[in-house]
Amino acid sequence: MAVQTQTYAEPTATPTSGEPLLSVRNLRVWYELKKWGFGHAGYVRAVDNVSFDLARGEAIAIVGESGCGKSSLMKAILGLVRPYDGEILFEGRDIFAGGRAGLRWYRSQVGYVQQDPFGALPPFMSIRRILEEPLILGGVKNRQERLKRIREVLEEVKLSPPEDFLNKFPHMLSGGQQQRVVIARAMIRRPKLLVADEPVSMLDASVRVEILKLLRQIQSDYNLAVIYITHDLSTVRYFSERIFVMYAGKIIEKAETDELLWHPRHPYTVALLNAISDPDASNAHKLREVPPGEPPSLVHPPPGCRFHPRCKAILRGQCDVNEPPEFEPRPEHRVACWLYEQGDRVPPGYEEQA
Amino acid sequence: MSENRSSNNDLILKVEDLVLYFRTTKGVVQAVDHVDFELGKHRAVVIIGESGCGKSSLAKAILRLLPRNVDTYTGRVYLDGQEIMGLDEETFRMQIRWVKMSLVPQAAMNALNPVLRVSDQVAEALLIHYPDVSKREAIEQVREMFRYVGVPDTFLHRYPFELSGGMRQRVAIAMAMITRPPLIILDEPTSALDVLTQANIMNVLKQIKWETGTSYILITHDVATSSELADDVAVMYAGQVVEMSDAASFFQEPLHPYAKMLMAAVPKLRGDQELEFIPGQPPSLLNPPKGCRFAERCPHRMPQCRFEPPMFQVGDRKVRCWLYESEADGIYGTRPMSTAQQVQA
Repeated sequence: MAVQTQTYAEPTATPTSGEPLLSVRNLRVWYELKKWGFGHAGYVRAVDNVSFDLARGEAIAIVGESGCGKSSLMKAILGLVRPYDGEILFEGRDIFAGGRAGLRWYRSQVGYVQQDPFGALPPFMSIRRILEEPLILGGVKNRQERLKRIREVLEEVKLSPPEDFLNKFPHMLSGGQQQRVVIARAMIRRPKLLVADEPVSMLDASVRVEILKLLRQIQSDYNLAVIYITHDLSTVRYFSERIFVMYAGKIIEKAETDELLWHPRHPYTVALLNAISDPDASNAHKLREVPPGEPPSLVHPPPGCRFHPRCKAILRGQCDVNEPPEFEPRPEHRVACWLYEQGDRVPPGYEEQA
Repeated sequence: MSENRSSNNDLILKVEDLVLYFRTTKGVVQAVDHVDFELGKHRAVVIIGESGCGKSSLAKAILRLLPRNVDTYTGRVYLDGQEIMGLDEETFRMQIRWVKMSLVPQAAMNALNPVLRVSDQVAEALLIHYPDVSKREAIEQVREMFRYVGVPDTFLHRYPFELSGGMRQRVAIAMAMITRPPLIILDEPTSALDVLTQANIMNVLKQIKWETGTSYILITHDVATSSELADDVAVMYAGQVVEMSDAASFFQEPLHPYAKMLMAAVPKLRGDQELEFIPGQPPSLLNPPKGCRFAERCPHRMPQCRFEPPMFQVGDRKVRCWLYESEADGIYGTRPMSTAQQVQA
């Protein structure tokens, strides 16, 4: 099967002046499928032609359902999988160009906050050892210096006094405290970029807010760039400045947070927003409208727009044939959907909020 | 005060003074501590609480699906007017569980047996409880039930790993529905699913409720999604039910300080309100504090909170908080009277 060479997405303009911190260019993360262990049987196109820029100190959210490729995108950004095509530039340098040493340096610049704090922390290591390890690997030889930094970072994530936590093991902490340790570990080498993969989805409602607030504070205190990966649109508002919506390996809509929540344009984004409940007793008396079917196979994605088999606003002869380029119906609001070829309109099935 | 309303025909379930303690190496965990609640026919009650508050244990206690380390298990449970705590295990298994009430377990999508076809798994419940149903009839009923919950016919003879998470969840719901029990307990039925799938499953549950009049007990920590199904809301904290209200009044304005703070922590899609979190942590159930269990984290703490508050009846709502003592119409439940009188004395 021929590789699609058409490149639609122009790199988005940087919202702030200067060189972007992270720049993702036409990224494709494809996994090869093998037949009988060696024959080529196609590709799983987990991330297909994704481009975006991230400025220093900017927080973005990547929103999508499981299987949309957001985790593959994250792994590529962390340097954990090699892209099939395209490049990831960090401060202008390709992260895979410098070999192992280059990647090592890059990883000291990037912190990773995992989804499940309990699974992410080794159960047999004390908090002190968990936090010390990245420093040792980073070449901090002086023990006192390491300890000083550990105390500092524990204060940053509000686990104070640090002495109470240094010698504890993960199972002795509550879920919220464990997640703070994970954040502390991500922060310990003073990264410029934090990648947070569903950092609050395993936590209880009351703790969730606490962690979101903490992340937001750390972000502004240290002018950190943050990529917040989630499936939950209701929490992104409290955290990120821009939202990217992913569907079947592609970013289908990019806009600033409030713009996207109040004026969604892609039918998929509209469906996502319509599916989210705010606590309201009237919910129990009506059915929610949900697009039929399930996300497509990433091995044989449908031709044209990948959402067209589920879309109620489908334009026959267009959406099922041609892949939509990015249109910009509203300023700084890009959407890959043929509905906006002629300019802005209110998407069907959506009540525009005042 | 404690009139016997178990004979009341409008109630599908009435739980009185239910206690479930577990024995552990560290001591006795008071997971369900003197819980009273009731559920009307064709209604859904949502039990909201954070992890470790005993909400899943409450479900297990009602269904008598108990682990081996049970320390205390007492109280009265009336199902459709019939007292079921006194039944012996075999009678309970044959006549109550899965016949009168069934369960969609937590993470049900991963609870399916991986080496059995989904049709066989779902049919099993029917075959066990109704020995006169033939295998062929059972599979036919499974097919019907699958159609009902939205699983395509072609999935009938597949294995669980061939199905997506949402489809597996539907299979688990079909399994709970297959014997058509009047009461289904749903333990976090949507928490591991994507938003669209979540909305889909909630639609299925609503339709089942509207069409068959099934009653639900929905156990969840997700306040926003719980409103999709709730007729009544019960809030659990540290092993106790601290508030019971109808959904409309609850989502309008919760009464108990904990419930209020929990609602303030729920992210809303739009709007400007600042999120609040609840400082501190829930108490250990090993040795819960005497008096009000929320007192330590409560902004309205008063001297009286040293004593355990009874469940005050405020209009149609019930709340376990001293703040409502003056406006209370009475006291609900069987047990807390003594503590209340103790304080008055």
